[in-house]
Amino acid sequence: MKYRVGEPVMVADRAHHGHHRTPLYIKGKAGRIERVHAAFRNPETRAYGDDGLPEVRLYLVSFARSELWPDAGAGAGYRLYVDVFEHWLEEAK
Amino acid sequence: MERGVHDRGGRSTDEPIDRSEHTLEDWEVLTDALVGALARCGLMNVDELRRGIESMPGDEYERASYYERWLFSMETILSEKGVLAAGELDRRAAG
Repeated sequence: MKYRVGEPVMVADRAHHGHHRTPLYIKGKAGRIERVHAAFRNPETRAYGDDGLPEVRLYLVSFARSELWPDAGAGAGYRLYVDVFEHWLEEAK
Repeated sequence: MERGVHDRGGRSTDEPIDRSEHTLEDWEVLTDALVGALARCGLMNVDELRRGIESMPGDEYERASYYERWLFSMETILSEKGVLAAGELDRRAAG
């Protein structure tokens, strides 16, 4: 696996036409690896009749609310958790 | 960046969120079972189901209920694969 628990990461800020599991509101945002999940078949190819292989590593990534929604007022301290596939992650700058 | 109609997280809205539960109708239970059966037979997987839902025109997506979206997707994917002929469901429904 490429990333370890506790490591800071960035979510790739790229357009992707077609099915993918990375929601817009985390693209280009900084997060932290919280858990290393198993590897799974890639939904981006499996959604088009492919077998989805090779499997891709999935991570649980947390984001500070203030990173996602800087204008949000109360509750800015909590973190939001999203499962993200490895090919959507980049090393933190 | 372009946002799919299904990609709703974090989108601002002043509309209240409808949290009410409703009893499933028979066709909804059957739709769920059918998608499960198709997956088991290897005819359609959950990623294809999602991709089919995401291909709905935005206004149709907004109007459709949860399982209506599943039905739309099932017909789209099965037609693509030639399991259903074009217009076959409409013809059968017209009976």
